[in-house]
Amino acid sequence: MLLAASSLLVTIMLQFYIPEKNKYGYILAIVLTLSILWLFLSKYILSFLLGNIPGYISFLSDSIFIRAAIGFLIIGCMSLISVLWYTTQDQQEAENRKSEAQKLSKEAELFKLRQQLQPHFLFNSLNSINALIGTDPQQARTMIQQLSDFLRGTLKKDEQQWASLEEEFDHLQLYLEIEKLRFGNRLFTIIENNTQKLSYLPAMLLQPIVENAIKFGLYDTTDSVTITVNAFLEDDTLCIIISNPFDPQTSNFKGTGFGLHSIQRRLFLLFARQDLLQTSIDNNMFNTTIKIPQHDQGNNYR
Amino acid sequence: MIRVIIIDDEPLARSIIKEYLSEYPQVELIAECNDGFEGVKAIMQLQPDLVFLDIQMPKINGFEMLELVDPAPAVIFTTAFDEYAIKAFETHAIDYLLKPFSRERFKKALNKFLDQTNMQKQKEATTQLLNSANSSPSQTDRVVVKTAGKIKIIPFRDILYFEASDDYVKIHTREGAFLKNKTMGHFENTLPPTVFVRIHRSYIINVQEITRIDPYEKDNHLAILRSGQRVPVSKTGYPRLREVLGL
Repeated sequence: MLLAASSLLVTIMLQFYIPEKNKYGYILAIVLTLSILWLFLSKYILSFLLGNIPGYISFLSDSIFIRAAIGFLIIGCMSLISVLWYTTQDQQEAENRKSEAQKLSKEAELFKLRQQLQPHFLFNSLNSINALIGTDPQQARTMIQQLSDFLRGTLKKDEQQWASLEEEFDHLQLYLEIEKLRFGNRLFTIIENNTQKLSYLPAMLLQPIVENAIKFGLYDTTDSVTITVNAFLEDDTLCIIISNPFDPQTSNFKGTGFGLHSIQRRLFLLFARQDLLQTSIDNNMFNTTIKIPQHDQGNNYR
Repeated sequence: MIRVIIIDDEPLARSIIKEYLSEYPQVELIAECNDGFEGVKAIMQLQPDLVFLDIQMPKINGFEMLELVDPAPAVIFTTAFDEYAIKAFETHAIDYLLKPFSRERFKKALNKFLDQTNMQKQKEATTQLLNSANSSPSQTDRVVVKTAGKIKIIPFRDILYFEASDDYVKIHTREGAFLKNKTMGHFENTLPPTVFVRIHRSYIINVQEITRIDPYEKDNHLAILRSGQRVPVSKTGYPRLREVLGL
């Protein structure tokens, strides 16, 4: 019985402590200690219980080596089994974690891809083209061209890369022209580039902000809407302000609002600063300001 | 003559339906609407036989709009939503058209409607669709009600509590109470369960509005709101409330 208890003890101990490689000496020591402990305890208890049987004491002391060997073997075997069992379990868990992480990153990638393609925008644009083919084939052709250029631009741009403000504004224009066609005379845009010299910004940074402006300014209002984008240089910093009207009654937003967290995150990863994206609200206008430091451009640009 | 209304916020999306409809002499287009507000007005005034309805529209979406009209018209949805999202209401609508759709596909949908001689049954299908919980994919943080001919959008955060009132549910807000043609069960199933708790057969409460809970008669309690209103908590509702509040 005590032997079983010792075996159990070693199993439990090993559950919490798995020795690193080449440290199996510890286990040997534990097994040895436990065996000796068992030997003495069992001897003591057995003598106490059965000491009155003649010849038993001498039998006990005669068989001490055999019993020690048996005890040591059994406890040793038990610990060996436990070590093996727990190591495989650990490996299994690590494997599970790994595949879980892989699955998560795959899902994130897929999500990003889906976002990039913006199925809603794409299908609605195709629907508009479908309508134009019947009524205004020339316009349909223009829209297909714009949509293709826009999609090509989206696919080409790597988020790690930098782009010139002109490139980014051209890309935005394509997007906004398509939206203007979709929504008839409801969307107006004012895009101003007041920078006097070549400026750079991370590629595809403006796009999601303007999409947000469209989402809350255009998709969620019934009146005509003017969205303004204004870029200028302040000292060595490129500032871009995007403004859109919104309806405080139906737009439900918190914190930096309108889901701009990923942009904030991206700016933080690039510049290690939290103050590069700011939002403000006045008179039912939602303003997003982004600041891009222009020094060090040589290192960052392509 | 079959009287039809098109509701879509994109003019080109409306024009393609118009074009496809022109083939059918027995169909008369009686109105075109730019958004859900116009849609409600047109449906109530003109009582169309069939509505082509976009789902994603400004202010109130297609589902929210349908909730505001009584009786519900027969509906063919037109949407750019992906097929998975649309599966939820596939069984109830007459049909749905995924943008962009072909003339053939459009024909199929319209014929499905024309073949159905029993229009009453189709209208009932729309009602059924609206009653099935969670049928509206984007309606997650607000309730839309009609009050004195006007449409009011109530964000969840403005709601104090819901009260059962015959066939309606009374939605209490700081600006007053509004009636909605739904069941308590519908709200219990669709509202976020960490914020709204069914504390009584006749009450669902916004737990963020509670300042105090007092014992009241035997086994019952009263929830005191920040606005000073008192809402009864039943014997079965109390443990649910405690669980959400983490008591």
